[in-house]
Amino acid sequence: MRHLLSTGDLDAATATLLLDTADRLKQALLGREVRKLPTLRGRTLVTLFYEDSTRTRVSFEIAGKWMSADTVNVSAKGSSVSKGESLRDTAATLAAAGADCVVIRHPASGAAHRLAAWGARSGDGSGPAVVNAGDGTHEHPTQALLDAATLRDRLGSISGRRIGIVGDVTHSRVARSNVLLLATLGAEVVLVAPPTLLPVGVADWPCRVGHHLDAELPGLDAVMMLRVQAERMHGGFFPSVREYAIGYGLSERRLAMLPEHAVVLHPGPMVRGMEISPAVADSPRAAILEQVRNGVHVRMAVLYHLLAGAPEVQG
Amino acid sequence: MASPRRARGDQPAGAGSEKDTELLTESDVARTIARIAHQIIEKTAYEPAQADEVVLLGLPTRGAPLARRLGAAIAEFAGAPPGVGTLDATLYRDDLRRRPTRSLEPTSIPDGGVDDKLVILVDDVLFSGRTVRAALDALRDHGRPRAVQLAVLVDRGHRELPIRADYVGKNVPTARGEQVAVLLSEVDGRDAVLLRRPAGEAAGKPTGDGA
Repeated sequence: MRHLLSTGDLDAATATLLLDTADRLKQALLGREVRKLPTLRGRTLVTLFYEDSTRTRVSFEIAGKWMSADTVNVSAKGSSVSKGESLRDTAATLAAAGADCVVIRHPASGAAHRLAAWGARSGDGSGPAVVNAGDGTHEHPTQALLDAATLRDRLGSISGRRIGIVGDVTHSRVARSNVLLLATLGAEVVLVAPPTLLPVGVADWPCRVGHHLDAELPGLDAVMMLRVQAERMHGGFFPSVREYAIGYGLSERRLAMLPEHAVVLHPGPMVRGMEISPAVADSPRAAILEQVRNGVHVRMAVLYHLLAGAPEVQG
Repeated sequence: MASPRRARGDQPAGAGSEKDTELLTESDVARTIARIAHQIIEKTAYEPAQADEVVLLGLPTRGAPLARRLGAAIAEFAGAPPGVGTLDATLYRDDLRRRPTRSLEPTSIPDGGVDDKLVILVDDVLFSGRTVRAALDALRDHGRPRAVQLAVLVDRGHRELPIRADYVGKNVPTARGEQVAVLLSEVDGRDAVLLRRPAGEAAGKPTGDGA
């Protein structure tokens, strides 16, 4: 593995290997006072964030530090980006400064792919490894991996399970990455959203689409609630917050309609009272903080597979 | 991403080809494990009342089932089982950058931890000593044992570090290019120790990696 740009690039064996590695890392660190592994000593990890983030940036940094990589954070505010530097020049600067891996979050879909392509064309063709930590409304592969890790922990397996992804699919990079990954791992994915919040081309995704949450809930093994991304919305996608919550919010009444074993996931940040009610978010059925915990181990696994072994020969 | 690779001594488990010499048969393996168990009991002055003072940690892959067998043998001979677990030291290896990404193996430390215990690391083959060095580093991050000892089924020589075993099943003089394959029924379907020579005696064919 040279980069992690899309879950669509992962076959079932590779995805399972990443999840297994994350499990092993979790075991290796379990109950330890010193959570530090020497594995990535001397490697440099730069997190380049053009959008705000708490979970993703923190867990990448912790993942790097726990494996002894040197981690540096660059955010758009407070860097030369605010002086007008282009993404390409920033990327070249980071590579020249000695970054072995760049974790990028960017508002433009495809930014991570561009970064990887520029690296391959520069100098000796061995630019830094690139990890997509969210590009526009396109993909967020490590989020999908940590969701899969959480589902596997809670349900025991992913293959053959039915997983509902509910809410603002159009603006969600989490939804696309999850649909691709969960389908690869053999799950049946159902998207549930108002027609206005489904992207063009969704018919070609490896999943089924529904519009009625109440009808889908009894058949689901897990339900993943998506945040309504108001910051990306220009125009009216639904009449009102209240109406959205009534149609697609996960309330206590709806929680009771799920099977006993079903799990509730949310990629965060949550808007309590809109897509998820506070009582549901805090219930033991919700695995929201487990997702964050698994996020660190999954990102350690990704860094391990990108940076620990011998450099791959470009074929 | 990591392609399937042969871990040390990982070979198809079937019957040995004519190039293989059988160093230990199935009954030899059983006898050797019993002997090491007796030696551990003697050398550590093993008392059932202080059984939890001794922890056997197997180094994956084949050290893990070996540690479980040794633990069962000690329990049978001395009347109480020692702590048994596994310790994967892959993340501490010094050769990670020299080969394709290795996949990780399970780690399980017994509930009481390793602090102030007598820890006995268990592996199948002692070769360069690098795996043991990595395991010692990993162990340090899990706590501070009272003492650490090493038990191996086969010592094949060619040490690259100042490391020796406290309990050795069989010393086997080998050439560097040869490979010692320990087969255990838990992993390979049968018990045996084989000496493999490089196929066709083609000079320079890479074999046996760091144990």
